[in-house]
Amino acid sequence: MKHNSENWLLKVEGLTKIYGTANANSIEKTGPLFDSNICPETNAIVACADINFELFPGEVLGIVGESGSGKSTIVKMLYFDMEHADGTVLFNKAPYIGKNILKESNQSKRAIRNHLMGMVYQNPRDGLNFKFTSGGNIAEKLIMAGNYHVGTIRDKATNLLEKTEVPVLRLDDLPAHFSGGMQQRVQISKAIANHPPLLFLDEVTTGLDVSVQAKVLDLIRELQQELGIAMIVVSHDLSVIRMLTDRTLVMKNGRIVEQGLTDQILQDPQHPYTQLLVSSIL
Amino acid sequence: MIEENKFATHYRFAFIDEATKREIRRKLLKAIAIPGYQVPYSSPEMPIARGWGTGGLHVTLAIIGPKDIFKIIDQGSDASVNACNLRNFVHTMTGVETTLDTNKATIIQTRHRITEEVLNKNQIFVYQVPQPEPLRSVERYENKTRQMHGEADYAKMWVSLYEQYVRHGDIMLGAGYPVKVNGRYIMAPSPIPRWDIPNLNNSEAIHLFGAGREKRLYAVPPYTKVEPLEFEDVKFHIEDFKGIPCFRTGYKKAFLDELYYDDGSKHYVINDSNFLDKLANKETPIQHENAYLNKLDHEA
Repeated sequence: MKHNSENWLLKVEGLTKIYGTANANSIEKTGPLFDSNICPETNAIVACADINFELFPGEVLGIVGESGSGKSTIVKMLYFDMEHADGTVLFNKAPYIGKNILKESNQSKRAIRNHLMGMVYQNPRDGLNFKFTSGGNIAEKLIMAGNYHVGTIRDKATNLLEKTEVPVLRLDDLPAHFSGGMQQRVQISKAIANHPPLLFLDEVTTGLDVSVQAKVLDLIRELQQELGIAMIVVSHDLSVIRMLTDRTLVMKNGRIVEQGLTDQILQDPQHPYTQLLVSSIL
Repeated sequence: MIEENKFATHYRFAFIDEATKREIRRKLLKAIAIPGYQVPYSSPEMPIARGWGTGGLHVTLAIIGPKDIFKIIDQGSDASVNACNLRNFVHTMTGVETTLDTNKATIIQTRHRITEEVLNKNQIFVYQVPQPEPLRSVERYENKTRQMHGEADYAKMWVSLYEQYVRHGDIMLGAGYPVKVNGRYIMAPSPIPRWDIPNLNNSEAIHLFGAGREKRLYAVPPYTKVEPLEFEDVKFHIEDFKGIPCFRTGYKKAFLDELYYDDGSKHYVINDSNFLDKLANKETPIQHENAYLNKLDHEA
């Protein structure tokens, strides 16, 4: 898809999250230049600050960085898992066009989450209710979007499990009895149940063995090509970023230090931290 | 200010002091104004333990007047221990007339049943509620359930119904089937059987619910829509006794109890003792009417 600066899906401006008491210098005196995200004056933790980017429909954006660099924080704020974020997030979908979705009511936020977003967490326990069957977990998302017909719910859940290569016979089994890879697939089924235009993937392959990792990544890439979902992929693993994403943000100490086309960043890193990151690939 | 005659009688009319009664009445008005919404209230100490019907008793004592006629049932029976003791207590504390006759009573306190006989607009139905929170089975934190009610976020409740259907082929809630009141709040109708749920819908009487241990009041005002939660293809249904007649009256269209005699034989008898007595005396009490009962008629 051809992107111009007008047809973005998501526009993030000045997204900031600070824990503790900040003062006027908290943002100035933290960041990669100081190699710290703790304010030396007030000890406030600047989880991320001044995050600006745009995401286009169908685009896959990677966020890469070391532990504690604030990459998960961004995704959690965008999915409203984390409250009280500063900044502006514009979502170019009716009826939210032109509105800062961070300032919407809880009800609207839930509607956005249910209809327009999907999230796949690193730990399936965060995304799935282990007391419900895998079908029930998918049903939850469908019910939230106003689907109250058990037959339809089961048909849709079956289709989704087929699509994500989970044996359909396990529809009425608890995800607690599944392998890690299968749990991740059920989570992906749930996340895409309502055909959201935007999907967040937070370290989805961390903790899976290499062959399962490859299968899950294949699945995500296939779904992306088939459904044209825009994705934000958070990972510390550059091979995941290389495989999935078109464009990448590199983060350090709560700031974006470099952004650009994924290939460009991996071939010709500019920022010293990115250079270090690229040269550290085993 | 201490009045001279304060200790002339041992207790005030209806036991509870006037300020607390006023507080309970105010909360009841709020509950009626927001159908199905749980209003926190003081739940003062009573001479019976919380969990034994104090919620219902608070409501009854707060609204009862000298001219009221009081009836109390426990699981449909006027004669069970809980009903007898609370009836004696209310009578001792107020001196009001008590009755077993559903039609004659102005206040009917109940545990786990609505009377078979239809209620009229002069009656107030008071429920003793053990668990006022319908979402408790899916969410154990009170602050979460309150937020879920506030935002009408009921997906978890629906998923639990879906799960029951998937695992057992039916929604396995015999009593306390969750209902949506006035198109907004999901409410626990105290553990009344499914049989009674349709009789809450558009009822002429006022229905007041008191949960003493949990300190919550809620209400269904007269002529209010009360719908059991059901999927488009998995419908709510009431208990089906498959045309078994009551062994004392031969009546087929009432909620039945199973009785086992010493010789091991099983009998079915109408659960509502006053309704049973009336039928046995060849009277013709008028029953609630609802589509679910009519449907049973077709099948019989």
